[in-house]
Parts: sequence; C-alpha cells; structure tokens
Amino acid sequence: MNKNSNSYQILYSAIMVVLVGAVLALIYMSLKPKQDENIANDTRNQILSALHIVAPSEAEIPATYEKYVTQDLLVDHEGNVVDSTKNCAFDVEMSKNIKLAEADRQLPVLKCTLDDGSVKYVIPIYGAGLWGPIWGYVAVNDDGETIYGANFSHQGETPGLGARITEESFQKQYEQKHLYKEGVFKCVSVMKKGQTPTDGSDYVDAISGATITSRGVGTMMQQCMAPYDPFFKKLQSVTE
Amino acid sequence: MNKKNKEALFNPLSKDNPVLVQILGICSTLAVTVSLKPAIVMSISVIAVLAFSNVIISLIRNTIPTTIRIIVQLVVVAALVIIVQQILVAYNYEVSKQLSVFIGLIITNCILMGRLEAFALNNRPWPSFLDGIGNGLGYGMILVIVGFFRELLGSGTLLGYQVIPQWCYDHGYENNGLMILPPMALITCACIIWVHRARNTELQEN
Repeated sequence: MNKNSNSYQILYSAIMVVLVGAVLALIYMSLKPKQDENIANDTRNQILSALHIVAPSEAEIPATYEKYVTQDLLVDHEGNVVDSTKNCAFDVEMSKNIKLAEADRQLPVLKCTLDDGSVKYVIPIYGAGLWGPIWGYVAVNDDGETIYGANFSHQGETPGLGARITEESFQKQYEQKHLYKEGVFKCVSVMKKGQTPTDGSDYVDAISGATITSRGVGTMMQQCMAPYDPFFKKLQSVTE
Repeated sequence: MNKKNKEALFNPLSKDNPVLVQILGICSTLAVTVSLKPAIVMSISVIAVLAFSNVIISLIRNTIPTTIRIIVQLVVVAALVIIVQQILVAYNYEVSKQLSVFIGLIITNCILMGRLEAFALNNRPWPSFLDGIGNGLGYGMILVIVGFFRELLGSGTLLGYQVIPQWCYDHGYENNGLMILPPMALITCACIIWVHRARNTELQEN
C-alpha cells in the first residue's frame, strides 16, 4: 500500500482523530464528578478562610462548610432577599453575574454562624488582576459596616509579587476595616505605603512591586461591594 | 539489557542530558521551579507523557505517512497531556492549580518532539520506552535541583516545610526574593551547566 497517497493520509488522520476524541471524551466523563467536587471544595475552603476557619482535613471541608454556612441568600439591588434556597448563592457564577445590569443582578450572600453565635455575611467578589481574573470572599460583621475577614485568590498573577494577595499578611490588613464613613459607603482602598486616600475611606497597604494587582483588588472590592449598599444599610438599621 | 538499551536509558542522565547538553525544555525549567513540589509533579508528568508517547509512536511508526508525521506526533502528545491534566484536576487539585498552564505547555516542550523525531520513529517500542524514561529523568533531575535551590534560598522552605530556623531570621537573615523570579532559574541552570561541563571535559567546545 502506498503510505503517501492522499486517500491513505486522509483516512489515517480521520481514524486517528475519531479514536483520540473518543478516548478523551471517555476519560473526561469518568473524571468529571471528582473534578467538580474538587473545585467546589476549593471554593468552600476559600469561604471558610474568609471566616478564619480551618477545616481539620481536606476530607472534612464539606462538613465544616455545612456547619458554619447556615443559609444562602440572593438579594436584589434594593437589598430585599429574593431567594434563600440551599446553595442558591454558592452556585452563582460570579464571572457572569458581575456583567449583568445592576437592576437584573441577584447578589449572592452567604449567611454564616460562628461558634460564638455571631453572624457574619460572606460576599463573593470577582475582578481583574494583571494577567487574569482575581476573586475572593469578604466576610462582613452583622453590623453591616465592618469587615471580619477576607480571602483572595487568583488564576495567574506573578509569583512573589501579585500572587502575594493570597498571603495572610495581606489579607489580615482587611480585618476590622470600615466599609462606611459617617453613613456613606466608601469601601476599603488599597494605597501605596505612606499614602492615604483622599475620600477619607479606610485603606490597606498595597503589595510593593505589584501595583496593578493591588489596584485590581481595590477596584474589585469597590465594584462588587457597592451594589450591596442597600443590604448593608438594612443590617445597620436592624442592629442600631 | 543490552548495551544499546542501556545507552538509551542512562545517556540522557548526564552525557546527553536534554536540559544541560541539548538545551531543550528550558522554558518550563524557568516556570515551575519556584518551589520543589510543582517541580516534582511536573517531572513525573513529563516522564509519563514522554515514555508513553515514545511507545505509541514507536508502535505505529510503520503506518505513519511521513508527510503528516509531525501532526500525528502532536495529536498523540496532546492527547496524553490532556489525560495527565484531567487526572491531576481529579486527584491532586492543589498541584494542578499551581501548575495551571504549564501542564498544557508540556505539549510544546521541545524534548518531546525531539525524542519522537530522533528516536521513536526509528526504534522498537522497548528501547523507545527506555529512551523516554531516560530523557524524562534527565529533565526531571535538573528541575528538582533547580527547584531545591530556588525554594530553599527564596522561601526558606522545602516542600512547604520551614527549613531555615527562625533564629536565622531573628539575626537578620532574609529570604532572597530574587530567587523566586524567573531570571534566577536561568542563572541556577547555568551554574549546573558550568559544574557539569567542568566535570565532563569532552563536552567543552573549543
């Protein structure tokens, strides 16, 4: 048989592609449930870290999550709860959610109860860093005003520079920062060391050498938290 | 094991090392050696992909039309790499997150295409398998050495465990931030090549 004839080559490629495609599809389908579980667990772990909770082991992440995250809420742009079915907030895809018009958005909130009985509200945030998306979870105290904890992740920021937003030393700065100044939503700014924001908002120190990623964190917080203003205001009026 | 098989397995470890002598696969050597763990996982992944792609290409070498052989090689390598990636996401999610794009980039690792073209297309499956293992090990060895020094000097840890004791830091020792950045991988690699050539004088160019 002539191996270099056109028909042989076409037939050879066709068979090869179909075979390889079938094998890959089979492997993908058989591993998919396990992969989805890993990704969901990773998200749960990030939410728990925003609450300063460390699961005893990887296998116990789902149980720990169930224990502390007591209710999922979806709120609209006026701060009303529109949905509170199980996992309704956990399943929201933030990358798509932030692109919607403000009035159409349903804002996910995870209501958590800690060991001491205090209630925290975890808000997922999503934005852009230098090389790709960055995202995180911010736990807000039930006074609707101060931050309890924050956790950030990224897809591909520079190791040793932008990637340091995942480090505790950076995230710890957010604790007890005020989202409101004299009743007006200001969020928390990220500033170069030694500078202070002009609008009087609370601020944290940026990571030196990672200006764009740091700014990205600040912008992400501002953009994703601002729509929750009515929701926070409601929390504030309840506690006052 | 006859002499030829032994050469296929052991030559790439030193005299014919893909990184040190053939200067192949440098890009991933820079990218995944910030710490030791991803370097080890990357080495294992490359060894697996290289060995199996060598065997598969060697098995079908007599049926491949020469005009489209590069495409056939790419398809085989790409399929194996995707399998490795899927397995990592399913069974070692942490590491797959760290390696992110680099696993996908095994496809473009020059060592793979180089070995398929130079060896697997002309040899039987068993020697090809050994050649793949040998070259993968040769590559992985360098990755681990570079990763060892970069993690130790850059973060003071090894495999995530603190190695440099706290009192060193108390007395003014600082981790070398430059070690974490890609240029230091090149410099570490060059130092290894320097030592290697100094010991193997027959490799020195005039």
